[in-house]
Amino acid sequence: MAAEVEVRRVREGSPWTGLWAVVTKEMADYLTGVRMQILEALIVLTAAGTVFAAAENLRTTVGQDRFLFLRLFTVQYEPLPAFVGFLAFLVPLIAIALTFDTVNGEFNRRTMSRVLAQPIYRDALLFGKFLAGLFTLALVLMAIWLLVFGLGLVRLGVPPGGEEVARSLWFLLATVFYGGVWMALALLFSVQFRQPATAALSAIAVWLFFAVFWSMIANLLASVLFPMRYGLVQEVLAQSQAALTLARFSPITLYTEIALALLTPSVRAFGLLLPMQLEGWILGAPLPLRQSLLLVWPQLTGLIAITVLLFAVSYISFQRQEIRA
Amino acid sequence: MTEWVVETRDLTKRYGNVVAVDRLNLRVAPGEVFGMLGPNGSGKTTTILMLLGLTEPTSGIVRVMGLDPARRPLSVKARVGYIPDQVGFYDDLTARENLIYIAKLNGIPRADAYRRIDEVLERMGLTEVADRPVATYSRGMRQRLGVAEVLLKRPALIIMDEPTLGLDPEAARDFLGIIRDLKAQGITILIASHLLHQVQAVCDRVGLFHRGQMVLEGTVEQLARQVLAGGYRVHVETAGTPSSILEALRRVPDVTKVEQTGPDRYVVEGHRDLRGEVARAVVEVGGYLRSLHLEEPSLDDVYARYFQEVEHGGGS
Ligand SMILES: Nc1ncnc2c1ncn2[C@@H]1O[C@H](COP(=O)(O)OP(=O)(O)O)[C@@H](O)[C@H]1O
Ligand SMILES: [Mg+2]
Repeated sequence: MAAEVEVRRVREGSPWTGLWAVVTKEMADYLTGVRMQILEALIVLTAAGTVFAAAENLRTTVGQDRFLFLRLFTVQYEPLPAFVGFLAFLVPLIAIALTFDTVNGEFNRRTMSRVLAQPIYRDALLFGKFLAGLFTLALVLMAIWLLVFGLGLVRLGVPPGGEEVARSLWFLLATVFYGGVWMALALLFSVQFRQPATAALSAIAVWLFFAVFWSMIANLLASVLFPMRYGLVQEVLAQSQAALTLARFSPITLYTEIALALLTPSVRAFGLLLPMQLEGWILGAPLPLRQSLLLVWPQLTGLIAITVLLFAVSYISFQRQEIRA
Repeated sequence: MTEWVVETRDLTKRYGNVVAVDRLNLRVAPGEVFGMLGPNGSGKTTTILMLLGLTEPTSGIVRVMGLDPARRPLSVKARVGYIPDQVGFYDDLTARENLIYIAKLNGIPRADAYRRIDEVLERMGLTEVADRPVATYSRGMRQRLGVAEVLLKRPALIIMDEPTLGLDPEAARDFLGIIRDLKAQGITILIASHLLHQVQAVCDRVGLFHRGQMVLEGTVEQLARQVLAGGYRVHVETAGTPSSILEALRRVPDVTKVEQTGPDRYVVEGHRDLRGEVARAVVEVGGYLRSLHLEEPSLDDVYARYFQEVEHGGGS
């Protein structure tokens, strides 16, 4: 009782007052902005290119593969990488490009104090900006998803199965969460740095670090921590396990694993497998969707946890800032 | 407590070693125009930020319409309009779109919002340009759009930070006219400015700020009387002057000082308006009176004189 009264005295009304006003305004900005049009063109072109190439390649196997549509996402047709690879690469860029100047931009345009002089909490502004970015990303990805399925229908000439639709929708959701991580990162920098260029560069630096260097560092660290002394199987296992664990600190690894398990139903585990672990498994038999989801659940919650953590840091930092512009 | 629209008690804000606002006791009564005047860096903006809960006081108490902005931020901000220094808008949106966003943030129902937006745009003379991007607006138009925006929420109090800064003289005069209109409507207004002479004309009361403290407070006249020993200066111009005029002027009762500023020009200082007495004195000694006018006490003078005294006299 007393605690309840205390809470009420500390905070008047809902922290989400005005949230939807912020979300709709920001989304309208994103969707009509030139920046968004450039990003859309970029992603539509890559989607169309890779999927078209994949479809050409897959036409010969129509009727042999139960998960033909899912292969549209994963099949690689030289010299283009698979569509999933493109997404793992492009989604962070889109997320960063959308959010890096969202908070500092308000300060630079001197609109921040005017907006926060309205009867809303800072919570609504920050969360609204984040949600708007996420919704925008979801909208774009949804459009691409439809594009892929449309292209698949036309080029392959067969309709997708129910499980394929379900799996690819889960994959879509995971991609949005993956984008959420990078969006929260860019949001954090946009709260921390008054210069949008600094915020953008910092976010890109973090992304480059994980995209290019982290797997190398993970392998290096693993070989230092678990050196091969006698050439034993246990040593090989320990080292690769360590490398995998380290690699999983990168959201890119988490996302790649999720994509792999969701889009390739025959994937049952990640990393090195020993022959005895395979015993009793019918190799190549696809997992039901539920099992695949269970397999990637830790990765999925991992992505969400990183997002929540990054957002919380931005939130605390933003609450304390003085609004002088 | 609730009779004041704004009340602070020993309000203090420190940034490290810098004391931006120092034990400020500010009171603004309903319906008045109060000017927080003082040079740059004297703590005016910081005070405003604390009134709106945009920065936290180090110590002291703030009440806006009887409410604590830290505890009841939504109620306070629903009734207070704030036009910041160099007010900014979303440049690629039109004025109307900018206002729609603010109306939504205030939770004004849509139909009502559109009506109010038309109303405030009309009132600020922006109807013609309402659908142009704000990027094309002049400084004066932005300032008026700022007023239109705060009027949307039908505020009881409007706080303006440096409202005439960067406006050309005509736009500044127009803007002061707008402030008078708002006052006539019964809205309490708090203005922070370092342009003393521009703003003094519209203020009912002013507080002079210096290094975070409000060192003087009252009507412009009160301050003039208090600081400029002879608050009223009468400028006299005569013709065909007998040399006795200077003597005659000195003999006028209540005169504190007479100064000859030209061959036929004099300045007479006193504690009250002495125009009548001065005119009679000139005529009685056979002089021709060409012109006679009372100089409005100027805050710039008050300010300059006050700090001269503080610095040279060592007193407060
Ligand atoms: N974030 C800050 N950190 C340190 N000092 C500050 C900060 N913001 C303002 N100040 C100092 O506080 C004082 C008051 O500033 P301000 O309230 O903006 O003055 P005014 O609005 O009267 O020009 C100035 O001396 C300024 O340098
Ligand atoms: Mg200021």
